[in-house]
Amino acid sequence: MIAFEHVTKRYKSNIGLDDVSVKINKGEFVFLVGPSGAGKSTFIRLILKEIDADKGMIKVMGRDVTKFSNRQVPRLRRDVGIVFQDFRLLPKKTVFENVAFAMEIIHKSQRMIRRQVPQILSLVGIGTKAHKYPNELSAGEQQRVAIARAIVNNPMILIADEPTGNLDPETAWEIMQLLEQINMRGTTILMVTHAKDIVDKMNKRVIAIEKGRIVRDDVGTYGFEEALANMEVTMNTLQHRREFNERRRGNL
Amino acid sequence: MFRRFFYNIKQAFQQVFRNGAMTMASVFAITAMLLILGLFFIIVININTAAETVERDYDTIEVFLLDTTTEQDANQMIESLQGENGVEEVSYRSRDMALEELKARWGESGYLLDSLTENPLPNSIIIKIKSLEAADDIAAAAKALDGIEDVKYYKQTVDKLMGATRFVQLAAVILMLFLIIVSVVVVSNTIKLTVFNRAREISIMKYVGATNWFIRGPFLTEGIIIGLFSAAISVGISALIYKKVVGLIGEDVFAILSMPMVPVEFLVYNLIWIFAALGISIGACGSIISMRKFLDA
Repeated sequence: MIAFEHVTKRYKSNIGLDDVSVKINKGEFVFLVGPSGAGKSTFIRLILKEIDADKGMIKVMGRDVTKFSNRQVPRLRRDVGIVFQDFRLLPKKTVFENVAFAMEIIHKSQRMIRRQVPQILSLVGIGTKAHKYPNELSAGEQQRVAIARAIVNNPMILIADEPTGNLDPETAWEIMQLLEQINMRGTTILMVTHAKDIVDKMNKRVIAIEKGRIVRDDVGTYGFEEALANMEVTMNTLQHRREFNERRRGNL
Repeated sequence: MFRRFFYNIKQAFQQVFRNGAMTMASVFAITAMLLILGLFFIIVININTAAETVERDYDTIEVFLLDTTTEQDANQMIESLQGENGVEEVSYRSRDMALEELKARWGESGYLLDSLTENPLPNSIIIKIKSLEAADDIAAAAKALDGIEDVKYYKQTVDKLMGATRFVQLAAVILMLFLIIVSVVVVSNTIKLTVFNRAREISIMKYVGATNWFIRGPFLTEGIIIGLFSAAISVGISALIYKKVVGLIGEDVFAILSMPMVPVEFLVYNLIWIFAALGISIGACGSIISMRKFLDA
């Protein structure tokens, strides 16, 4: 599904990724972990072709995205669903419209939209909230909307960038179960996270990145030292919270 | 294709209404610009009409004949003048006819001429010319004929007038271009504010895989709707004002320049097309320019 071959990406002052080679197969559920600035975001942004690699080849669903032109990028993103920590819902659209929007982009008919959106909403467990606006929902419900939007067009790959970062442990676990359910339907899932307990509990493949290199790739636990990891989590959560709140304020 | 079209229109109208304040700001900005442009247009079109009238009135050359020249000689002259390039019509005007015309022109004061015991006016030949450019050559040809007292035409006066008109026209065109650029900038900035408000929305759209044109579509349509709306308002206001102005000074203008102002209907008809075209292009350019930065990312 996703293959990196000797991928290097350098920023002006620091390294994003350094000669990374890795393969993620169809139907896998993979955690991508590591300290802040280790290269996790770079990894994801390369898959989405938000940024270009300096060296190496990146294959997504068998196609080399490093050779994609800008015109091909939208098509790539339709095949890769994405969920963010801060949900990124359109505040002025209802839940239904937020999901329908992803279908309108690929010119699905209104009839299809009216049929599929309620289905997908009840699949993620918010079938009754279709006509609410995002700010009327709880954080967990908003993340469900975001997931619905990401999978409504049946992408082969779902990327989740710290999807539980803004959620309390219980809600986070519910979201994880939803993701696992989606994974069982055949969607490949790549999830970036700092949540040690979740990674440990799920017992899936874990790719650990540090300073732009893959330091570990096996099935099992989060692996980073607890103290460091916890501090990392706290710092990250604080920072993300702040960003999230700022964005939200700017948005209202 | 249709689905896409209706999607655009629907989204654009939603945006227009959901961002009411911004829409109003843009509409005000474009309307103000269009009104100023309209003012220039009204001035220019009136000057043009005036210039055309003047050109038509002064497209004659008067050839005054010596008293010794007989009507037969005059007829020969007419024939030879008719052969000249750029001549439309040549006619003979006897001194009696000339006096009658003068009386008519003086109107109520015409009785003063009754006291004349003798007609002081000469016989003359009136040459109507097709365009003023030919005036010099024809006048020279007329002068070369025998039995002529004087040749009179208004080329210099008309040339000066035309020069002035052209200057005003050029100035107006430059000012209009300048104003169009200014209004595109103003509108693009106003729309940029709307776009900026929705920068996040746009980035989300890109994440979900929307193409640039898909994102641009509704904004473009929004710009066009705003432009058209402004155009409609501007046409209405200009028409009202112009109607008032014509009502107030139209008769005076007619009395002084002996020509009517451009009729309101004609002006409105022209303004509709001009304003609609300008409104649409200003709105569309504005929205495309304002989105460029956000779509590159």
